[in-house]
Amino acid sequence: MSLDQADPAALPATGPATRKTGRAATGRRGHDRRAGRWWTPWLFLAPALLLFLYFKFIPMVSALTMSFQDVQPYLGNRWVGTENYATVLQSAGFREAAWHTVVLAAGQTAGSMALGLVLALLMEGQGRRLGFVRSAAFLPVVVPIAVVAELWRIMYHPTADGMLNSILGLVGFGPSGFINDPDSSMASIMLTGIWRGAPYDMMIFLAGLTSVDRGLYEAAKVDGASRLQRVWHVTVPGLRSVFSILFILAAIRGLRVFTEVFLLTNGGPDGSTEVVMTLIYKLGLEQNRLGVGAAGAVLLFIATLILTVVVHLLRRRESK
Amino acid sequence: MNAPTETALGLTESRSPGGRILKAVTYLLVLIVFAGPLLALLVGAFSQVKDPTQLSVIPSGATLDNFRIAFDQGVLAYLLNSFFVVGFGLLLQVAVSVLAGYALARKVFPGMTLVLVAILATLMLPEEILALPLSVILSDLPVVHFNLIGTLAGMIVPLGAWGFSILVMTEFMKDVPRELEEAARIDGAGDLRIFAQIILPMCKPALGVIGVFGFTMIWDQYLLPLLVSTDSSSYTLPLALRTLRIDPAVTPGVVMAASLLALLPSVIVFLFFQRSFVHGLSSGALKG
Repeated sequence: MSLDQADPAALPATGPATRKTGRAATGRRGHDRRAGRWWTPWLFLAPALLLFLYFKFIPMVSALTMSFQDVQPYLGNRWVGTENYATVLQSAGFREAAWHTVVLAAGQTAGSMALGLVLALLMEGQGRRLGFVRSAAFLPVVVPIAVVAELWRIMYHPTADGMLNSILGLVGFGPSGFINDPDSSMASIMLTGIWRGAPYDMMIFLAGLTSVDRGLYEAAKVDGASRLQRVWHVTVPGLRSVFSILFILAAIRGLRVFTEVFLLTNGGPDGSTEVVMTLIYKLGLEQNRLGVGAAGAVLLFIATLILTVVVHLLRRRESK
Repeated sequence: MNAPTETALGLTESRSPGGRILKAVTYLLVLIVFAGPLLALLVGAFSQVKDPTQLSVIPSGATLDNFRIAFDQGVLAYLLNSFFVVGFGLLLQVAVSVLAGYALARKVFPGMTLVLVAILATLMLPEEILALPLSVILSDLPVVHFNLIGTLAGMIVPLGAWGFSILVMTEFMKDVPRELEEAARIDGAGDLRIFAQIILPMCKPALGVIGVFGFTMIWDQYLLPLLVSTDSSSYTLPLALRTLRIDPAVTPGVVMAASLLALLPSVIVFLFFQRSFVHGLSSGALKG
């Protein structure tokens, strides 16, 4: 038993004497000491593991069990088998919400990545002024989502003198109802999402661009390639891994979208923007149908899992 | 030709008059699209905006009324709730991350791979999907039977362990030279001392990264506070914005004043720590 492991915190107070014994102990049990006691790493990991257990893994397991139960607070849960899943899958509302979620996720992912790449290409390089513009462009990412939603609600004011409508008016387009009109509500939420997502993707692309081989640009220039050709044949292939990482991140972000929809439309008008998460929230916390809500959540989880696995498999095949 | 700074479009190196104009127009457009709405928010918070149609980036009729009314509506209490949650949440998150990072980076032990996989799994697992069971669990924590619903602790504790900051910390701690640790061991230092006096001081940049990201993440929380809070006394400022907006007596100007207060802390943190922010963003996304 070496002294220094008994209570390391007490060590600073003790003088050189302890050190000597410590050194002696090293000689005897050098290997053991380097490894520490078997439980030392677990002690350091304990807070993290405990919190993960309580707030990630137990909820995960309980989502699974709840999805097979009729959850009745105080009365005890009743096992109903796959009834909740049947309810969810047969409900037109859920199917519609799933479709909206996919549309929103696809639109936001594509829009943010495309715009993010264009921004990154335009603002690649160094310089103080450029740094300023990049930081300003990045601001939407750090603004809390609740603020983004309230701000855009005001900008989307549906009358002709609303902020965005007056800009539309300048270029000759009629006033749009934006989030108040079932025809444009989904596109409006998507636009807000792209506004907040594109600068994030831009930053990641910019980081990826630094690793693209500069020599290849030179070579392409010598070969007489145009700018677009340079981007297409040198930059885009160089960014391949960035693309797939961003795709997974953005698609998962899109599938689990909640706050901006909840605050901008809460699923309306006429359910035109109801997504899976707002539906689950309503089922679980407003109608108290926790079992059905949990079944919906499990299905959403399976969807994100499949998406992640598919993208990883595609990447692996591509790299071969 | 300045080869080392050669970029894909070559736009930023261009020094011709045409190139300069193109650059200026591009930057201006980017500023209008991304910073414009936030400028309108800033201006709106300090103007007499009684109606959403009065939103504009051109200041008119400067006033502090919006803030006065916002404070009458209890915005200060919401702001304090938010600060409380982010303060203790970040403290807990950083403490948990550095401890876990030390074990994962500096130790080899059976079960380590399993722990890493479990942490990665939590990152893949969107917290939104766990919302319903989490709300049930928070009302009666298994084994200890605490009810965290309606308490600020309920908004803090679940954020204590965040896979992202644990992994960032682990990566940084791996880079601290072994020799330093060896020397300390020979001098008789134990794990806790090596952790606190050698590894941790070498990880200041990483602490910056996880601090900034943790702050932004906790400040941006919406669903968790929504699940936990039972009445407005435990609302954080982002939650309170919706309540304010729904109140017919409250003008959009007041909502914007409160919004400004809700976004300032994260914007200030971002502007001050941009370097760590961008660094963490790229390392987190490209290594992970």
